[in-house]
Amino acid sequence: MVMLSRRFFGFTALGVVSLIAMPVSAQSSTAGTPVKVVASFSILADMVRNVGGDRVAVSALVGPDGDAHVFQPTPADVKTLADAKVVFVNGLGFEGWIERLVGSAAYKGPVVVATSGIQAQEMAHEDEKGGHAHGKDAKKEAKRDDHDHDAFDPHAWQDLRNGQVYVDNILSGLIKADPAGEATYKANAAAYKTKLQALDAWVKAELGGVPKARRKVITSHDAFGYFASAYGVTFLAPVGLSTDAEPSAKGVASLIRQVKKEKVTALFVENITNPKLIEQIGRETRVKPGGRLFSDALSKAGGPAASYLDMFRHNVAQLKAAMSGS
Amino acid sequence: MIYDALIAPFAEFAFMRRALVASLALAMGCGPIGILLVLRRMSLVGDAMAHAVLPGAALGFVLAGLSLFWMSLGGFLAGLLVALLAGLVARVTQLREDASFAAFYLISLATGVVLVSTHGSNVDLMHVLFGTILAVDDHALLLVASISSVTLLLLATIYRPLLIECFDPGFLSATGAGGGVYHLVFMVLVVINLVAGFQALGTLMAVGMMMLPAAAARFWAHEVWPLCMVAIAIGFASGLIGLLTSYHFNVPSGPAIILTAGAIYLVSVLAGRFDSIAARYLPRAHLRA
Repeated sequence: MVMLSRRFFGFTALGVVSLIAMPVSAQSSTAGTPVKVVASFSILADMVRNVGGDRVAVSALVGPDGDAHVFQPTPADVKTLADAKVVFVNGLGFEGWIERLVGSAAYKGPVVVATSGIQAQEMAHEDEKGGHAHGKDAKKEAKRDDHDHDAFDPHAWQDLRNGQVYVDNILSGLIKADPAGEATYKANAAAYKTKLQALDAWVKAELGGVPKARRKVITSHDAFGYFASAYGVTFLAPVGLSTDAEPSAKGVASLIRQVKKEKVTALFVENITNPKLIEQIGRETRVKPGGRLFSDALSKAGGPAASYLDMFRHNVAQLKAAMSGS
Repeated sequence: MIYDALIAPFAEFAFMRRALVASLALAMGCGPIGILLVLRRMSLVGDAMAHAVLPGAALGFVLAGLSLFWMSLGGFLAGLLVALLAGLVARVTQLREDASFAAFYLISLATGVVLVSTHGSNVDLMHVLFGTILAVDDHALLLVASISSVTLLLLATIYRPLLIECFDPGFLSATGAGGGVYHLVFMVLVVINLVAGFQALGTLMAVGMMMLPAAAARFWAHEVWPLCMVAIAIGFASGLIGLLTSYHFNVPSGPAIILTAGAIYLVSVLAGRFDSIAARYLPRAHLRA
């Protein structure tokens, strides 16, 4: 009887202590606990980290090398979202899955849309045969893809001036969630914006050095609309080739003709999975197919595009080299 | 108009010209080999071989990374080993060649899968190893062309004993000519042609160009050498028509070529000169008084 009551007392004490401890952990940043925030994808996560610094612990739902267009949330993501204090999303239809995810997580906190206040563009590549064909299959295509063709181009971060608006929105979101850190966030944001402005000037200088007639790129990415407008580069979709495993002679011929006709020297055709075919096309067009461009996600840490700034530096270097014909 | 439809694609694009030459070379090398395989009732060897090369290629990948040379060499050796072991078992035991071949290629395939999965690579090895006819580079073209030449020369050399071995192996060993060697050489030729074909043009093209023209040729000739010539002609015609179809109608090229060969085969079955359906059931006038 004595042992039982001692054990019983022990368990009750443990229970009471844990009950008391629980509310303490779910507060905003007290004495060094970072605020848990969630960003929808890696590029946004990187920007939030730069503004939040050590005061925030950022998780990205769509990680590096991920594809937000076809992202399928898992139960782990639901939990991550449930624990978050603030959620940052891109908006403009980029995350078709976010509403359902917020619903399943029963997340009641603020959702900060990073593109608020940005002048959105419409999707480019509306009538290229190779990329997203329209016409009778428009409805079918729109349902299959996760982004809405009738609406806007969500890839606004590809223009560094928009990137600065993102930073402003992130800043106000963080201040609302964690007022104690206002000074830190403002300082971080100002420093980051200076970096973005410097990078913007650099990109303009680099690409400005390429003659206007050569500023054409063929790539299967349809994510460079804002980049094209901001930095004066024309992006074309590769005609004739989709992601089908087995290409047709007509498809290859159309692409070769397109490259020759447009006198394009920048060819980024990562969607062709057969490396020999890429080489063949390169041989016949006398154009060296370029490396990899990062548009919708960062590379993994240690990769060439592990941060938003690095992504721009990498892409611009690749584009400039390819356009200059080196 | 005719020029635009038939000649212009080849005049304008180097890759089309290369593809045409590659299919001609393949047709010339694989035609006679296919005929002999059909005659020896080994028609499914080609398909089985495509799977049998896997452990060799996997071993090549494990030892030397994504090196096309080592993977092809490994694949070739694996295919050869399977072919030889199957032949050996068929000679030494009472199991026939087709059954022993089936057994060995399955063992080989399973070994290959285990090798690939235990070495934890996500790379689709077969994707690296198997080419496509639209991407024939200098190296692939030389490979296919030289193998075709070697095949034809070697076949010419061992033609008689090989044929006797096909039809009457007892006679050959009775006259002391040693049938085993010729069979060996023939199997080496089969494996070489297939592996080179896989690497340059992909499995569908390599196996298809070997078997379909040979099967179709059976309805147009009776003797072995005329059979070979018809098979070469059908192979080349399929290559030409298939490439043009792929160019004008936006169809994948490998399948287009094989479907053309298939169409020729079906026509042959229905209306060929010898032993076709028409020949059997719609007899022409004969024995006129």
